[in-house]
Amino acid sequence: MTETISMPQPQLAAVAVEKAYRKDKHKVPVLHGIDVEVNKGEFLSIVGQSGSGKSTLMHLFGLLDTPDVGEIYLEGQQIDDLPEHARDQIRNHVFGFIFQFYHLLPELNLLENVLSPLMIRYSTWEYWKKRKQFKQDALAIIDKVGLSHRITHRPSELSGGEMQRAAIARALIAKPQILLADEPTGNLDSNTGKEIMDLLISLNEQEQLTIIMVTHDNLIAAQAHRTVRLREGQIEVLGKSKSASVPA
Amino acid sequence: MYKSLLCLRYLRTRYIALASIISMTLGVATMIVVNSVMDGFSTDMRDRLRGILADVIVETNSLDGEPNTQDLKDRIQRAVGNDIEGMTATVEIYAMLSVQYGSQWQSKPVTLIGIDPATKATVGPLSKYLVNTREESIPDWELSPAAMAYRKEWTTRAQWMVDRWNHNPPPEEDVSQLEKPVKNSAEKPGAKEPLAPPKFDTGPASDSPFDSKPQVAEKSEPLINPFENGGLNQKVFDKEEKRDPGSPLKGRVYIGYGLVSFPYEDHDTGETKMFQIVKPGDDVKISTVTAGRPPEPKHFNATVVDLFKSEMSEHDSSLVFCNLEYLQEMRGMIDPESDEKSITSIQIKLKNPEDAAMVVSKLEEILSASKFRVRTWEDKQGPLLAAVEVESAILNVLLFLIIAVAGFGILAIFFMITLEKTRDIGILKALGASSNGIMSIFLSYGLALGLVGSGVGVVVGLLFVRYINQIEKFITFITGRKVFDQRIYYFPEIATHVEPMMVFWVAFGAMVIAVLASILPARKAARFHPVESLRYE
Repeated sequence: MTETISMPQPQLAAVAVEKAYRKDKHKVPVLHGIDVEVNKGEFLSIVGQSGSGKSTLMHLFGLLDTPDVGEIYLEGQQIDDLPEHARDQIRNHVFGFIFQFYHLLPELNLLENVLSPLMIRYSTWEYWKKRKQFKQDALAIIDKVGLSHRITHRPSELSGGEMQRAAIARALIAKPQILLADEPTGNLDSNTGKEIMDLLISLNEQEQLTIIMVTHDNLIAAQAHRTVRLREGQIEVLGKSKSASVPA
Repeated sequence: MYKSLLCLRYLRTRYIALASIISMTLGVATMIVVNSVMDGFSTDMRDRLRGILADVIVETNSLDGEPNTQDLKDRIQRAVGNDIEGMTATVEIYAMLSVQYGSQWQSKPVTLIGIDPATKATVGPLSKYLVNTREESIPDWELSPAAMAYRKEWTTRAQWMVDRWNHNPPPEEDVSQLEKPVKNSAEKPGAKEPLAPPKFDTGPASDSPFDSKPQVAEKSEPLINPFENGGLNQKVFDKEEKRDPGSPLKGRVYIGYGLVSFPYEDHDTGETKMFQIVKPGDDVKISTVTAGRPPEPKHFNATVVDLFKSEMSEHDSSLVFCNLEYLQEMRGMIDPESDEKSITSIQIKLKNPEDAAMVVSKLEEILSASKFRVRTWEDKQGPLLAAVEVESAILNVLLFLIIAVAGFGILAIFFMITLEKTRDIGILKALGASSNGIMSIFLSYGLALGLVGSGVGVVVGLLFVRYINQIEKFITFITGRKVFDQRIYYFPEIATHVEPMMVFWVAFGAMVIAVLASILPARKAARFHPVESLRYE
């Protein structure tokens, strides 16, 4: 089921994507032929019940996983069949990830966590040469997410909201084109969740950052420009309740 | 960049991993200590062997010796002259040394070596090992003033005893009178001395129960002097001998310290002390055989000039050095017509001791194998040195196994750490880290652990080696038992020698093992699927 098919050259597109996990000999299907497109500057939310395959879809977008069938296109270029090395590069340059459980590295302090995508991108020597510039950038972004007073703290010393803001700062430092957020508010109370959402919305509005957000909360999802609803591995067209045919 | 940063952070935050390298540290330290001690033992022994023996020794197969000394020397000089630093002719012969102590004669088999100290000094630093001779000086056969005084004292006393017995215990006032004949005899030896032997001979035989008898018998020097003066040619010492019975005999020897001293444990203090029964200035008896067919037994007395102490118990308890000329004379090795003096071996010092094997093969070519044997000092001590080498090789293998065991410890701990870090690995991959990058985090972590482990090991090992004797003393003090017994070991102290290459290879080997042990966990970590790693909380 395609949605915004009329849009020319979407920034990121999944075409007829299927994915199944293997548990011993049993094949557990997760996605059955999904078509999703995102335009530049769009804030898309993907909603669905637990197990509907929404996280898997996001992983496929972010090249953390490969589809069994179907393709992923980034600005018209197929990216899911690229070699490992190129996929690592794209993850580093194009995507920024935000996870439900923040996923900061516990050994590094906030500043180092924020800088980690740059450390991965550049060789030690290049990083050393540009470290002052990077540090300034990082401090600016940390300031933007409101954590200037916390730069030398370890993740274990931060609250959940602070950790998520740090994760957002880390996702932004690499100047990504697309932000992939997996339940960014899932582990936060409603107030803190709202703060995070406000931050994401402002990023989308001010910097024209494309955001794909996965959530199970309809209220949160409603703050996005557009919502795609997943149900048992298939797209549910908004407003209609279409029963999915579940293949064996 | 993230690799080294994370690697350092893991190193700082994961103390359990540091625990896993303690066995590596201990292994490295032990290997360094063992190798240094073993190496120190062989190095020290080689040094001492060289001091007493020489780099290369040419020996005649026959104990009769080789008469054409100069010819032999010339041939050696022509063949390997460029490599030779010094050369000395010696006579080496089996002998029996008899020393009197209390009422007993103690006899020991010895190797008697006739040397010329001046040329011997060019071959090895003999004076270094002589107890009463300064290290820089070239040793000679003259008694030191102290030894002379001691000798004078006991010969006078002996003469007095002889006379006393002869005169059927004289009253005490006679002592002063009895001193006079001794002095007289010194002035007119021809007149007085010949009388002494018969008196002496009867004296001890009849008065054998006397405690002091053996002393007298030993100090029967006046008896021997006339015999020597009359029976053999009178050359160098004759004048002195005639003047003073307290002057030394013509035969002079350096005796190994171990031959004339005995270790005993002091019951009060528990310390091991050495008890010495012969001093420079005393006389000893030497029995050997003459050259020629058939060899005849030959006895002679000799004055001890000095004791030598190489701290190598084997040499100290088997070697006696004698003045070469006298030994040749006693053994009948001087041709009466041509005045040709035979020798049985030539000791050669090389400019470069490593050339020994080459020199030996060259000399074997020019010297007929039926008459001469050419050996290095290592050949002579081969079995012992080989045993030390085998021992250290086995210990090295065993200790390296300890380090290998440490490697398995690292392997196990690393698997745990990769499991613990599954989520972080997923995060890093999501941020764009490559599999190789993840792998190199853990490989360099392994290398860093190896560096720390072997580095600490090297430091501990070197410190231990540096202070090994203090440590030994401390342990002795704590336990009250002697850890390092001089009576068992060759040397008075634990000798150590640190070979930098050995230290390098031990440390390098340990690091290689640490890296090898981290390869498997690192590969496992690199293969984690990012989604799987991130999914579980």
